[in-house]
Amino acid sequence: MTIPINWYLLVAAGLFSIGLYGVLSRRNAIGILMGIELMLNAVNINLIAFWRYLDPVRMTGQVFAIFVFTVAAAEVAVGLALVIAIYRNRDTIVIEEIDLLKE
Amino acid sequence: MVPIIIFGLSALITLGAALAVVTNKNILHSAFYLVLAFAGVASLYVLLEAPFIAVVQVLIYIGAIAILIVFAIMLTRRIGSDDLIQRNAQWIWAAMGAAGLFLVLGWIVYSVNWPVVTQIVPEDTITILGQELLSTYVIPFEVASVLLLAALVGSIIIGRERE
Amino acid sequence: MADLINLIENWIKNLLLGWGASAGLTGFILQALGSVLVVMVCFAIVIVLIWVERKLAGRLQDRFGPNRAGPYGIFQSFADMIKIFTKEYVTPAGAEKGLYNIAPVLAMASVLAIWAVFPFAVNVIGADIHVGVLYIVAVGAFGILAILMAGWSSNNKYALLGASRSVAMLISYEIPMVIALLVPVLLSHSMKLSVIVEAQEPWFIFVAPLAALIFSISSMAEIGKAPFDLLEAESELVAGYHTEYSGMKFGMFYVAEFLHQFTVGALITIFFLGGWTGPMAVRWPILGVIYFYGKSLFIYLVISWIRLSLPRIRIDEMLDLNWRFLIPVSFVNLVAVAIADRVMMEFTLARWIYVLVMFGMNMFILWAALAIAEKNDQAVEREEFPPRPVAVPPGVDSK
Repeated sequence: MTIPINWYLLVAAGLFSIGLYGVLSRRNAIGILMGIELMLNAVNINLIAFWRYLDPVRMTGQVFAIFVFTVAAAEVAVGLALVIAIYRNRDTIVIEEIDLLKE
Repeated sequence: MVPIIIFGLSALITLGAALAVVTNKNILHSAFYLVLAFAGVASLYVLLEAPFIAVVQVLIYIGAIAILIVFAIMLTRRIGSDDLIQRNAQWIWAAMGAAGLFLVLGWIVYSVNWPVVTQIVPEDTITILGQELLSTYVIPFEVASVLLLAALVGSIIIGRERE
Repeated sequence: MADLINLIENWIKNLLLGWGASAGLTGFILQALGSVLVVMVCFAIVIVLIWVERKLAGRLQDRFGPNRAGPYGIFQSFADMIKIFTKEYVTPAGAEKGLYNIAPVLAMASVLAIWAVFPFAVNVIGADIHVGVLYIVAVGAFGILAILMAGWSSNNKYALLGASRSVAMLISYEIPMVIALLVPVLLSHSMKLSVIVEAQEPWFIFVAPLAALIFSISSMAEIGKAPFDLLEAESELVAGYHTEYSGMKFGMFYVAEFLHQFTVGALITIFFLGGWTGPMAVRWPILGVIYFYGKSLFIYLVISWIRLSLPRIRIDEMLDLNWRFLIPVSFVNLVAVAIADRVMMEFTLARWIYVLVMFGMNMFILWAALAIAEKNDQAVEREEFPPRPVAVPPGVDSK
């Protein structure tokens, strides 16, 4: 018996929603980054599930997943560099306290 | 039967760990739960017969991203500031929004009749993947490498201490 | 009789099927038995290796080494085991219990998991996956994670310093290691370990000696032992990330470290020394297993010899060696090997000419890299300090 595609999509939907909650509710900049990673993972599950169930012979789905990996790696590298730079200058990584432009 | 048990376990681990990531009070524990969530997703990829993606998931997400995140937390956390409140004021709205999104997505997933083909996965997917990356998708591939280079240079410049 | 391993496997299989087990269950039990066997052999080897290594270290440092427990001290490891099993577990105040207890298990598991994909003989492979090489690299990441966990959760600044040093070192040395691993992949056109082993005619250490050298150096850094033992430098950091561990929790880190060194020996064997291949190894798979472990043991002893002979390098030297030498050389080597392989594919050359050209090219790259490195080294101006007397008696002029 094979697993229906719906199950994978449901897990991905759950992971995406949890990631979204993390992004919206965290005060810590690194916490927000972690939420974004979860969302990207959810997208990847969907891509691979669609590849497996809709077009397993050609590799389009996997290629897309690899590009998502690339973007995620680049995003985390730049994001964490930004976080560390902000921490060095403002001594905080709480997003609400980084409001220099507001004043 | 066995695939369903493995699927259930990995889905449970993934979602449970993800919930712990976004709700845990200690940000470092969140980071280690994130590793668990990534590992769960990797096992889902194995179930989907994409071993390359699974291994790359472990290599990039656990081997690079998670370790970077843990390290960044260690660099930015002052010892003894454990009592930092991690949730902002709008968390209840965020929770409701996320739950609503999940309900909508779940409804869509179950109401759509997904067209599933019965083809089986070719034996050696890596060879095909490599050929496609360097023929059909060669321009995105090159753009991705430029993106990585830009991210590398950019993060070094941003993260560098100025004298 | 020739194929002893498959004989036993078939015997167990038929026995279980005869008892009425289903085919799926039989396969599962066989897999489980195989993994337990591999792990047990690993542990048994570690027990012997600890004695061999201590004896070797003793001899190289002009002392006897263990010589009390049994003839030549061969029971020393067992005595140590009994001691370590009965020791008290001390959890430091302020430690994060969960992470603190998971870390040694994870360190052990990350090393043992690598053994799942090793080809031991012609048909004796745990999981012959298509992404074997990537799997080995990926699983190694858990080891780094374990060190980070141990360092953070111990609530000890030496442990944390050791952990942060380890991240700087292990992550940066992973780059030349992976790039060097790509060379055997390129030469054998596969990431499957069994194909890589069978493609080695002759051994890849002759076709790609530079890749073998870079892989050996960077994986020695991955083990974290001298001359790269900055993450647990005794004179600076007490013991690095496992400062606060005691009893069997420390024992697991210790065993994982020994096993990692042996695993590196096995990896070098698989990628560059022909794995299980050797005379008669195809007809008698059991010989292949012996060759495999023998070669690994040989590499293990060579690594021990190196680490017992060299002093620890400074942290800036360690990073310089990696970023200014190993990484550029490994990239140049990879590109050169790829181009040479493709060009020589156009002409149907005899195998020995191919090997000779590859060997010569590798040696040329190594020579050029060393020449450039030496020139750069001379350009660096070093500050010289005048010699200072260590202690001066009071009332005496230091001149």
